[in-house]
Order: sequence, then structure tokens, then C-alpha cells
Amino acid sequence: MSAPKITTSTLFGRPSWAQRAEQGVLWLLRLCTYFVLVCAAFIFFDIGWKGGAVIFKTSAPFINVPFLTEAPETLNVFMRDGQKVTMGDRAFREYKSKHEALMKGAKVETYVYSAGGIFPNIVGTVLLVAGAILIALVLGVLSAIYLSEYATDGTFIRFLRLSIVNLAGVPSIVYGLFGFGFFVIALDFGVSLIAGWLTLAFMVLPVIITASEEALKAVPKGYREGSLALGATKFQTIMSNVLPYAMPGILTSSVLSIARVAGETAPIMFTAAFVMRDELPWQVQKWTDSIFQGVMALPYHIYVVASKIPQNEYTRNVQYGTAFVFLFTVAAIAMTAIILRQRLRKKYQW
Amino acid sequence: MVTTSAMSAPSPSVQSLLRPVVSVGSVNGAPTPLAPQIAIEIDDVDFCYGASKALHDITLNIAARQVTAFIGPSGCGKSTLLRCLNRMNDLIDGARVTDGQIRIDGVNIYDPRVDVIELRKRVGMVFQKSNPFPKSIYDNITYGLRIQGENNKARLDEVVEKSLRGAALWDEIKDRLHESALGMSGGQQQRLCIARAIAVEPEIILMDEPCSALDPIATAKVEELIHDLKKQFTIVIVTHNMQQAARVSDRTAFFYLGKLIEYAETKVIFMQPANAQTEAYVSGRFG
Repeated sequence: MSAPKITTSTLFGRPSWAQRAEQGVLWLLRLCTYFVLVCAAFIFFDIGWKGGAVIFKTSAPFINVPFLTEAPETLNVFMRDGQKVTMGDRAFREYKSKHEALMKGAKVETYVYSAGGIFPNIVGTVLLVAGAILIALVLGVLSAIYLSEYATDGTFIRFLRLSIVNLAGVPSIVYGLFGFGFFVIALDFGVSLIAGWLTLAFMVLPVIITASEEALKAVPKGYREGSLALGATKFQTIMSNVLPYAMPGILTSSVLSIARVAGETAPIMFTAAFVMRDELPWQVQKWTDSIFQGVMALPYHIYVVASKIPQNEYTRNVQYGTAFVFLFTVAAIAMTAIILRQRLRKKYQW
Repeated sequence: MVTTSAMSAPSPSVQSLLRPVVSVGSVNGAPTPLAPQIAIEIDDVDFCYGASKALHDITLNIAARQVTAFIGPSGCGKSTLLRCLNRMNDLIDGARVTDGQIRIDGVNIYDPRVDVIELRKRVGMVFQKSNPFPKSIYDNITYGLRIQGENNKARLDEVVEKSLRGAALWDEIKDRLHESALGMSGGQQQRLCIARAIAVEPEIILMDEPCSALDPIATAKVEELIHDLKKQFTIVIVTHNMQQAARVSDRTAFFYLGKLIEYAETKVIFMQPANAQTEAYVSGRFG
């Protein structure tokens, strides 16, 4: 009868096969996760570095103000006294009329969209995002209230939910074509803000409805019962004692939607976006016409300058500068929603 | 439309429960022809959750300005009956009273013409799990009045003080009325829920195991409060705690498997129950 011997070699020996496999799995999982970080870092660094060079300057006011405040224009490059001169279109025409003799026979190269700035694009994107999110939130929250508080589960409601989920899987180009066929042509809105808003809103509606419904369902039943027992109607209960507490959750869904609405190019290229437009949407005769104006937008501008015009060192600046401003704009809009959510969370803590 | 007459009139009119006015009994403050000391008549009530029957032929009268306790083992139907009295069961799909009547001031509250909103103003409720809203203490108490459209600051202030005094909370929290109600202790939260219920001046207060989540000291305070409140309100309390039923109630109803087994003065139920099952339950032999 011998007691089982524990030798030092079994406890302190070389790692067993199982231990090594465990280590291997850990590193595999870790590397997969880190790979995402590498991709993100690469994208942000590349755009930040090259775009930052366009936006920021080493001398006061340290920011390339014309790039943020002017409309895109054609860049003219010509030789003067043996030196290369670059000039935006408006400045160039003025210069040409003043120095007619000098410019006669001069060789001028033109690069479209490579001068000026992207102010109309920033305005267009901000307007598109704000309007689309507003429409999607109103429609989405009202639908979510119906689904979570009023509808009783049945065949029809199950079918309805299935449709919402399916809608989330529709490719964005299909939304774009739907918007073009329905809003632009059938309803005769033309290529306009309102057509773009509605198309983008329908695109994110499934996300907002689903997330809002979950947020509403997460509000404890006790708040509903407590309110009803005090003689509130169902709608009063929802508006004053359920919806406010669900707001932070609903805003989370809108943060995700903001990024999607701002970023998608396909839905707006047929419905709202112009390659080039001199007037801003509010530069109209009647203010009511402004929602029927098409706009320029950042993602569509990137698409145009990156693939629709000849590539050279001048267009590169516009591409990276626009991408940089685009990232910053989306981050700023999303940040607004996050701050709002934080405030509401603090106000209605439960 | 709903008026506030039920809140202010000392003897509420029958009509206030019914949307299209129907004349039942007398109005203008005169006592109803029914025995005035009976607040609720439960008459042969059957109740079903979908296909399963939860209450069988329940008949009992609840006396005004007294405390009536419903006791019985879990699943006996006592909470279901309580929630029938302010039609809270309407919120559950497939739950309905299938037979019989529940009358308040002679009006069957399951009459299709009854305004459920008005009914719930007159029959307040305190829940098992205290449910103060995540708002300030002040906003919690004024919630009921605000949804009725009362915005007069002076009136709201007055109601807040009166309700908090009524719930024996005023001295503890008068300095932090505008702080979140969720910062209060469990016992205070439950008394706040009572204060919130009495702020809309109901006639009847239903309490669904109001002390089950409270420690003994907080429980004692709530029980003391129930004792004070019965001067003004008719109270129906569901409890699992038999000592509590014995301490706070005037009359006790014992339920078992959806049937009313025995209903009598609390003293009688605990000292000389007529039914063997009641005796077994109150003496702790089952349940």
C-alpha cells in the first residue's frame, strides 16, 4: 500500500500539452481582437496625418479657414516668371482680366474641385443627418410605443416584427433607388433635402424601432402600475412615466444611426446629393422652398473627388481633407447625442 | 368628462364613476340607500386568467373606514381579488371577471360605462415592491394631481405637506423634498408611495403586501400609519404575515385555492375560527 507520490516533476515540470494549448488559444483570441485595433489605428492615423496636414497650419490662425468656409472650385495652375502659381477659379478670372497681355498664350492646367473648400458639403451633411434622425426618431419611437405598450402579440404583429427585421437587411443602394422612385419621382419632391431625409430615415428606422422597443420594455412594470393606480391614462403614463426613463436607451440607438446616416452615400446619390451646387439650401426665394433644395454632402464629395476626377497631387489634398472633416463632423454630431444621453441618465436614474 | 368632485366632496357622488350620467341612488351628498358603512360589496365573483379560474364565487362586504385583511397561502387568489377592486387586472391579457359584481357605492365597477380612470382615483393602491418614480419626492407626490391638470403651486405645496404628514414622513424629509425619491430608505420609500396614494384623496386604499420587503422597524412604522389612516380611508390589505393581519386589521378574510373559506372579525378568525382549515392556517400548521 503506497500513498500516491507527488513528485516535484509533475507540479513544477515543463508545461503540459493542455497548458500550451490554453496559452495558444488565449493568444489567438487576443490577436484577433488586437487586429481590429490595428485596422482602426491605421485608418485614423492615415486620415488624421494626411488630412490634418490640409486642415491645420503651422502659422496663425493654425486652421485652414478657407477650406472650411468656401465652396469647392476649380484649381488653375500656370507658370509665372518661371514659378508655378496655383489659383482658385474666381481669383484666376480676376487675375486674367487684369493681366490680359501677360496671360496670352500661357499654358494653364485646370484641376476640378481642387481649390476652395467644402463648406456646402459640411452644411449638407449636417442638415441631412439632423433631419433624417429627427424624422426617424419621431416615427421610430411612436412605432416602438405601439409595439411595446399597446399591441398584443398575434400573427399580424409577428409578421410586422419580421418585416422590420427584414427591412434592416435591405442594402442601402436599394433604399436609394426606392427613394428615387417614390419620393423624387412619384411624389415629385425632386432631388431634395426632404427626399434624402425620408430615404435615410427609412433606412435607420428598423434599428431605432428595435432599440426603442427594448428600451421601453426595460422600464420596470412598477412605474406603469404606480402611475395607472393614481388615475393616469395609459398614454399619460407612457409620456410622463415610461418614455422619459427609456430616453437614454433610445438615444443610444440614435448614436449608431447618426454614423450610418452620415456615412451612407448610396441612399443620397439619387435623392438629395448634388456633385456641385452654388446655392446653399437656405438661399431661396421662399423659406418653405429650402427643404426642396438638393445639397452637397461630404460622403458623396469624397466619392466624386476620389473616383470621378483625374487623380493628382492636388486632388489628394481635397480627398484627405474632406475625409478628415467628415470624421470630425460625424464624431461631433454623435457626441451631442452622447452628452444628451448622459444628462438624461443623470436626471432619471433608476 | 371627469370632474374633481370625487376628490373634494365629503360624500362622493355615484355619478362620478360613470361617464354617461345614470341615476343610481341619491346624490348631492345624501347617503346612498345602501348601508353606509359598507364601502365595497363583492358579490359572487368569479375570475379567470385565460382558461384557468382563479376565484370562485367570492362574496364579501368590506366595511368603510376599517382595515380588512386578506390572508391565505401563496396562489390562493387574495392578490387577484385585491387587484379586481381597482381593475388593475385589466392590464393582464385574458384576465377578466367572468361572473358576479363588485359594487362601490352601489355601482358595479365592471359596468362598461364605468370610467376606469375615475375609479382608480377613488381606489388608490400601494404595491408590494415600493415603486417611487425616479423623480424628486415632491414630483412623486404631486404626480397624481399634475396628470389631472392641477398646476397651482400653492395648492401642490399644500397637498405635499398634507400627504407627507398623513404618511408620517414630513418631519423626516421636509428638507429634501426636491431630492430624488430613490435616495430614501426602503421603509421611507414605501411610506412615500402611501403618501402619493393619499395625495389624490381616494376613499379606499388597497395595499398588496406593503411590508414584505421591509425590516421590522420600517414595518412597525407602516403598521402604525395604517392604524392612523383608517380614520379617513377604507383600507384593504393583503398580507403573508399573520401577526400583521392580527395587529392591523379589524376584519380578516381567509382564502384557500381561490375560495373564500372564512370571513369574520379578526379576533374571531385568530381566536375561534369556525373552519378547520382556517384554524390550521392561522396556527401555522400549513401554508
